Amino acid sequence: MDSLLFARLQMTFSLAFHMVYAAIGIGLPLLLVIVEGLYLRTERPHYKALAQKWAKVLGLLFAVGAVSGTALSFELGLLWPAYMEVMGASVGHIFGLEGFAFFLEAIFIGLYLYGWDRLRPWPHWWCGVVIAASGMLSGVLVLGVNAWMQQPVGFEMNGQQVIATDPVATFRQPLWFYMAWHSTLACYMSVAFAVAGWYAWRALRGRCDAYTRAALVAAMAVGAVSAVLQPLSGDLLAKYVFKTQPVKFAAMEGQFRTERHAPLRIGGWPDEAAGETRFAIEIPSGLSFLATHDPTAEVPGLDQTPRSLWPNVEITHFAFQIMVGAGVALLALSVWFWWTYYRNRDQILQRRWLLRAIVLGLPLGFIGLEAGWFVTEVGRQPWIIQGVMLTRDAVTPAPGVGAMFVAFTLLYTVLGVTVIVLLRHIATVSYSETPLPSATKDAPSNV
Amino acid sequence: MFDWPSMWIDLSALAALVGMMAYALLGGADFGGGMWDLFASGPRKKEQRLAIQKAMGPVWEANHVWLVFVLVVLFTCFPRGYSVLAIALFLPFHLALLGIMLRGASFVFRSYQSRETAAVEISAWGVVFGAASIISPLLLGTAFGVVTEGGITLTDQREVVLTRPAPWLSPYCVANGLLALSTCAYLAAVYLTNETVGALRDDFRQRAIFAGTATAILAGLVLLFAWQEAAWFFHRLLSWQAAPIVLAGLICFAGSAWSVFARRYRLSRIFAAGEIGLLLLGWAAAQYPYLVYPDILFTEAAAPRETLRFVVLSLPFGGLVLLPSLWLLFRVFKTRPAL
Repeated sequence: MDSLLFARLQMTFSLAFHMVYAAIGIGLPLLLVIVEGLYLRTERPHYKALAQKWAKVLGLLFAVGAVSGTALSFELGLLWPAYMEVMGASVGHIFGLEGFAFFLEAIFIGLYLYGWDRLRPWPHWWCGVVIAASGMLSGVLVLGVNAWMQQPVGFEMNGQQVIATDPVATFRQPLWFYMAWHSTLACYMSVAFAVAGWYAWRALRGRCDAYTRAALVAAMAVGAVSAVLQPLSGDLLAKYVFKTQPVKFAAMEGQFRTERHAPLRIGGWPDEAAGETRFAIEIPSGLSFLATHDPTAEVPGLDQTPRSLWPNVEITHFAFQIMVGAGVALLALSVWFWWTYYRNRDQILQRRWLLRAIVLGLPLGFIGLEAGWFVTEVGRQPWIIQGVMLTRDAVTPAPGVGAMFVAFTLLYTVLGVTVIVLLRHIATVSYSETPLPSATKDAPSNV
Repeated sequence: MFDWPSMWIDLSALAALVGMMAYALLGGADFGGGMWDLFASGPRKKEQRLAIQKAMGPVWEANHVWLVFVLVVLFTCFPRGYSVLAIALFLPFHLALLGIMLRGASFVFRSYQSRETAAVEISAWGVVFGAASIISPLLLGTAFGVVTEGGITLTDQREVVLTRPAPWLSPYCVANGLLALSTCAYLAAVYLTNETVGALRDDFRQRAIFAGTATAILAGLVLLFAWQEAAWFFHRLLSWQAAPIVLAGLICFAGSAWSVFARRYRLSRIFAAGEIGLLLLGWAAAQYPYLVYPDILFTEAAAPRETLRFVVLSLPFGGLVLLPSLWLLFRVFKTRPAL
């Protein structure tokens, strides 16, 4: 039993850690391609300064993402060998495809980071495009495996063993598409609003130059497009979860009782013992309508499922509320920013209340990303593969799980702290001092 | 011809083997680079570290991905084998993983610490980088020992049992670990002679001679201990299906060592690569058809045929994209001496 707890915690930390870097590996290359492209079109040096600064950041964070991702390919098997036997045989090949995309990304990261003076400008930019595309693709492919855990298809089992598979079955299921869209947008939002928050803070500290402005506008452009599309993808995904994982859906919404005219609950405290969600703001028939477009529709509650097969309702519901809240806040921020920009674009760095709000939005994308992942994975419990294998049946019988949990928790702490220290270092080393060889003399010295 | 009963299983195993060869040749040399960084010495200490930094910087992440490739092929095509290894080698694999993570992270951390001290002065992350570069190949080598000596067995209920506690600490397994370590050091030194000139090149030539000697001694020790501890594997190595390959590998090793003495560095690199490739092939030939001797055959561990076929058929497509990309990467950064 202890092994199970430690293994779950180690998996939680490993994934929560890796996810940040994975999101950066997906989102930051897109921003890089935008600003380097702007430089190649306009030849204005501050775009190049930005691209080189962000490339430094990407070099650091991609490496941490690569090692923490490697950790996962080990840990999935080391901690959950029984799961690995079924997952590997059924959808391991999707990790294989993801491996190709990741390989491509690693190759072109090398070319991009070290190739500023070895490649001509446009080929260098294309390397950035390959990084952005392969980064996104590897994220989408990983979600294929995750979608399969939520809705396992394409395999037959005889006792413990997979005896036949249909390798393309998972490619055909809509859940993958909904999850991939939703998560990719979440990655773009996380990175874009974090970048925007950072440069808004620089602007508030008096750095109101073309460099800061370009960074803010580029980040808010990516952030706003993603924030507008995100509710649409979320709605489609939630409707699909309602159809295929009703228990998770009920936990997300704090829906204990099966009822018609189910209300949409905002906030609130799901009390598992009492079987009701207290203190929520309720919109009558809202949930029935959102789930089915019919306000009278019946929404199955947790009461349809034995208690032993419930996920942790509190965590699932809270995480869901946090995710939606973060998304709504970032959407509002985007509207505010672009409305202000549209009214008077030259004064955008002087709108101090707007800048303060953007600073507050800095962590919200990542908070939303992590919370959304909690909804997906905690909501799937107690199953590791929905309906096929329980998490507790998958854990390794090997001794020493607790010790490894402690070791890896320390490792992630050290890595995380070091990354923060080094990011501060990158931020304070001015552009003209950075050892990137193609630095031009007339470029502005800034962060 | 292209339709023997275990075709897809064999092709999948071959894919894993080729991935292991690539990881040994490329990632292995990066581990060796970390060791030479830690043990940089003499009047050109600083230049040695810079040369290693320059040689690894652009390529280590791509080299590292070969490990992920091997893992993915293993757990997709031979999921039962992967889970048995994961249970039996829970501790050494976890510690190797710790080393692999620290190696990659510290290499990058160090180069970001500050421009002046990066790779030149020994720093805390520099020490971690060197130590992690030693731990990982050592542990992976001992794990290799456990698998070949038959240290992992299954009960009738298919539960994983080690034949004795901590089998990775036996002389044979430890010798395997040290052999992996010295081979990585040798590869790195040989590669670095190809990427440097002048006195610095001579530094790495000396290191290659040193590591090569150690490798030869350790290889002898591994065989000796194998004869005592891993009798099955020892006899398989001497069987007709493996012995010619192993012998060819040893000839390549001798050729590589001779080339280092004769300062024929390019030739030495080619021979060294041939050595690693052939010895791994010889190991595979000796161990086939067992994935984990004595209880798990490749056929028992394999995933259903459809999955294997998907993986094997996807490889040419992946190669079509990846091989030109890799060629570009190595062409851009490896065509002229870095220093």
